[in-house]
Amino acid sequence: MIDLKGKKVIALGERDGVQGAAIAQCASRAGAEIVLEKTYCFV
Amino acid sequence: MAQRFRPEDVVVLLGTPTADSSRLYAMTVTEGDPSWAGALAGVALGLPVYHITEGAVKAQIAAEDYAEHVELMEMAMDAPAIAEAVREVRETQTAREGDRS
Repeated sequence: MIDLKGKKVIALGERDGVQGAAIAQCASRAGAEIVLEKTYCFV
Repeated sequence: MAQRFRPEDVVVLLGTPTADSSRLYAMTVTEGDPSWAGALAGVALGLPVYHITEGAVKAQIAAEDYAEHVELMEMAMDAPAIAEAVREVRETQTAREGDRS
């Protein structure tokens, strides 16, 4: 099982799904370090 | 960015809305862009990749954070199909690494 604590997280969100900022917030509070956070939009 | 760190120290978390888009993103950060259209075409980063709604990830996120940031969108997604798609890509990656060693 993956352990987020201490990991460097690349958060790739999508506008129609979960946004990058939301993923980053959750991962950061779980003990991860956010190294990249993006929200993509395909319209 | 990904090449600055050791792959075992990095985790890619996806927030993609469908199984197909999740598979595409997951393949892009493991074996390279399958559409051969982007900068990562043919670049195998080999990064561990998970979707934010997968049980292994969800279990580590505080319930109030998950409820505030993810839960609503999870209801609109086919989370089991997404988890299956990303798991398949991870397993393919693991098998490939096994073949190399």
